[in-house]
Amino acid sequence: MDNYGLFYQFHFYLFGIIAIVAAVTFVTRKSPVAAAMWLVVVMFCLAAEYVMLDAQFIAAMQVLLYAGAIMVIFLFVIMLLNLGEASDIADVRGIWGKLLAGFVGLVLLAEVGVLTRTGIPSGKFVVGRDYLGAQLARYGAVGAVAKPLYQDYALAFELTSVLLLVAISGAVILGRKESTSAR
Amino acid sequence: MAISGVHPLAATIAAWMWLLPVFPLLGFIINGALSMYSSAHIGPADPDMGHGGHDSADGEAHAASGHGDSHSVGKPRFASIVTIVGPGVIFLSFLLAAAMFFAMRGVDMTTPFVQKYWSWMPVGDLQIDFAFQLDQLSMLMVLIVTGVSTLIHIFSVGYMGEDEGFARFFSYLNLFVFFMLLLVLANNYALLYVGWEGVSLCSYLLVGFWFKDKVNADAGKKAFLVNRIGDVGLLIGMFLLFANLGSLDFTTLAASTGSLQVGGALVTTICLFFFFGCTGKSAQLPLYVWLPDAMAGPTPVSALIHAATMVTAGVYLVVRSSFLFSMAPVASITVAVVGAITALFSATIAIKQWDIKKVLAYSTVSQLGYMFIGVGVGAYSAGVFHLATHAFFKGLLFLGAGSVIYTMHAAYHHSGNHADAQDMRNMGGMRKAMPVTWVMMWIATLAISGVPPFAGFFSKDSILGAAFEHSHDSILSSATWLGMSGHTVLLGVYVFGLAGALLTAVYMTRLMLYTFHGPSRATEAEQHAMHEAPWTMTGPIVVLGVLSLAGGWLNLPSVASFLGPVGSLDKWLNPVVGSATLAITNGTAIEASHGVELTLIGIAVLIAIAGIVIAFVALKPAKLVTKDQSPGEHGFEKVLAEKYYVDEIYEAGLVHPAFVTAKNVLWRGLDVGIIDNLFVNGSAAVARGFAWIGAQIQNGSTGAYAWGIALGAIVLLSVFSFR
Amino acid sequence: MLAESLGLSAILFVIGVIGVLTRRNAIIIFLCVELMLNAVNLTFVALSRYYGMGGQVFVLFVMTVAAAEAAVGLAIIISIFRHKQTVDLRNINVMKG
Repeated sequence: MDNYGLFYQFHFYLFGIIAIVAAVTFVTRKSPVAAAMWLVVVMFCLAAEYVMLDAQFIAAMQVLLYAGAIMVIFLFVIMLLNLGEASDIADVRGIWGKLLAGFVGLVLLAEVGVLTRTGIPSGKFVVGRDYLGAQLARYGAVGAVAKPLYQDYALAFELTSVLLLVAISGAVILGRKESTSAR
Repeated sequence: MAISGVHPLAATIAAWMWLLPVFPLLGFIINGALSMYSSAHIGPADPDMGHGGHDSADGEAHAASGHGDSHSVGKPRFASIVTIVGPGVIFLSFLLAAAMFFAMRGVDMTTPFVQKYWSWMPVGDLQIDFAFQLDQLSMLMVLIVTGVSTLIHIFSVGYMGEDEGFARFFSYLNLFVFFMLLLVLANNYALLYVGWEGVSLCSYLLVGFWFKDKVNADAGKKAFLVNRIGDVGLLIGMFLLFANLGSLDFTTLAASTGSLQVGGALVTTICLFFFFGCTGKSAQLPLYVWLPDAMAGPTPVSALIHAATMVTAGVYLVVRSSFLFSMAPVASITVAVVGAITALFSATIAIKQWDIKKVLAYSTVSQLGYMFIGVGVGAYSAGVFHLATHAFFKGLLFLGAGSVIYTMHAAYHHSGNHADAQDMRNMGGMRKAMPVTWVMMWIATLAISGVPPFAGFFSKDSILGAAFEHSHDSILSSATWLGMSGHTVLLGVYVFGLAGALLTAVYMTRLMLYTFHGPSRATEAEQHAMHEAPWTMTGPIVVLGVLSLAGGWLNLPSVASFLGPVGSLDKWLNPVVGSATLAITNGTAIEASHGVELTLIGIAVLIAIAGIVIAFVALKPAKLVTKDQSPGEHGFEKVLAEKYYVDEIYEAGLVHPAFVTAKNVLWRGLDVGIIDNLFVNGSAAVARGFAWIGAQIQNGSTGAYAWGIALGAIVLLSVFSFR
Repeated sequence: MLAESLGLSAILFVIGVIGVLTRRNAIIIFLCVELMLNAVNLTFVALSRYYGMGGQVFVLFVMTVAAAEAAVGLAIIISIFRHKQTVDLRNINVMKG
């Protein structure tokens, strides 16, 4: 959509800036718990962005899955291992390491920028204008995602369920305490 | 080859000349095999056979080497076979040579007879063949070499008869004769060089024959190394020759010398380099120092190698290259001057030596100087004449000294004395015990002193006469040498020659007086044990004595025409060296008037007799005491006895700095520092460094892996973004 | 909004990369990886407007796989912690060799 209202743009930028600031803060925290919290902030901001991009179901899933399940797992493990205090090992590396990492990041950013410029002509619709809006109107927010999920990508869906099964088994086995008997 | 058609000698026995070196080579192989077999199978019952008439360079070291009184109890293994084979093969070569000589006399020969056996080095423009060249000069040399060698081989049968290295000795001797024949028969400088190096090798093997004594081994090394230094000169001369004239054949070179400028820098340089090689091989200044030390070898070796054959190779080289030397007056004068200085210098040393072999060694150096005077002033056949007569009388002198030493050793065995058997102060009055040897040695002494009608008189007189006559009306006299006119220099050469002749007579008479005359300084028991050496040793001495007596008839001067044919040797060698001699004397043969000739002869004879008389008058053999009781030398006599400290000067000035340089610069700096540390260890360190870099990729640190992933991603992306 | 979304996504991704390279605590590094995944999700969603619903479907899959991966990865970290009593990356170099 080319003509977004000021309200829309302002909030888009607002949530973007909050996300960036929260991400930077997240990266520089000493305590794992604090870092996890800040990552949750980032995820919420991203959820807001998704809403503004007409992906309401995804936004809901972001909050439910990422912020609600994955981050919870992280916090459980942090608590389990009692790693919550700000500790020295959480410190970032020396000044040179930081500078070099920053430089690497900048280079990466520049390259991504160069590539996207040549790769994606902005504003060219493959699927036609207002495709998204039409889908939403026809199937509803959930249905718009569910229809391709169960129809076009059914195989991937089934495979993902197998993947989840394997992951569960793996996590259980790996996380088991060593029994007294020798392995 | 001959100009047209086949050489006239090809149809005669001379076509078999390739057999000449093959006989000694077979002898070497057979004797060598026997020697190796016997040394590998020494049984437990074999007694220590290390005794026998062995000499050493320094009698003290010999006596102190813990020798013990072990008497050899039997002949060495295979002695009978070796006795037949060793001298036998040389005798066969001599017979063949004699037959070839007679064939040659019956043929009119102006060009050499060349037989090519195979093409040895065809490389680019260079064509070197393994070919023999038979002309009058090489025929004469072959006869001298094989003849004198046969006599010395027979002598060695008696002398080394109880030495455990009997077979080895003969194998080395035969090998030596093989190489010497290669040298004199060679058709080109490269093959000559093979023989040249080969005789150096055999000299090393034979001088260090009793190598268990370090002194002897060192003497062998010294002989070889000093010769090697001279060989560099010969090599450089050969390189220059090839680079400028494109060939190394004698015949080709002799024909192509027209392109060289007479007296030019190139010819002079080539000749000087050749002569440097000769100073090494023929023991002239400055490379003569190996010859006195080489007396550490057995006496037959000294007789053969260091009197008759190897040391004459240098003279032979100059005569062979006469077509070059006759074009380079400066080089020829240099040859004559060095020869003259050496003749006088070593004669002064000889008059104060006490070891009988050392006297003869310095005498050899001195006489070689005379030969070089001869070939230096352009009288090539005179030089060769003296070479021949010197082989006779010096060989005789060495063999006689060998007999004396043998007898002294036998006497000392009886009495258990460990004194030096070679020191003249321990001898005296030996003429009663060894009359035949005494007479023969006197013949040789008169010959070497230049008393007519013995051989040395004629040869030495022809050399000095040529030096005097060529000092005017020759290209030498008109040349300048180091700023002086050739005329003056050659007169100086003549005077030096006369002085050397005087000293020669003195020291040789001294040798005879101290050894054979006067009271004996040995004990009664030892004197009873002394007797004449066996016939195998005395026989060759007698033969050489006859030759020393009659050798002069080889080349009688014109004033002595009543004695027989005049100038036989000159006429014989004329096809080979005649043109070179004429080139020296400006195209016309110098014919001195009878008056001048008689005057020169008179001066020479006077000097010889004066020397003998001086020695008889001034030296009192009765006043001598044995070596152990003799007082040390003082003053100038000490300098002479210590041979002007030349060896010590060389050691300090050349050998020691070279050693220090080799150790510190070349070994520590170059070998260890650069090659070992930089190249070998350094390349290992570089490989280790690369390995270390590679190892960092798998150090297990997850953080490093993360870095690797990030950097890899950047590299890949950059490839895409810069497409 | 496409350009802005992509820019935000790139910035968040780079921040995640910097975090992975800089931190030493294994859990924090894991969290940075999650941040990177989120950034990629944003890209997918932003482009789905132009390329069809496949973008959003794929985001769903990414989230699912991220969950599975988080579970397994944390189980591994727990297991390492039990062995080495530390989650400092410097001390975890069992992959050496």
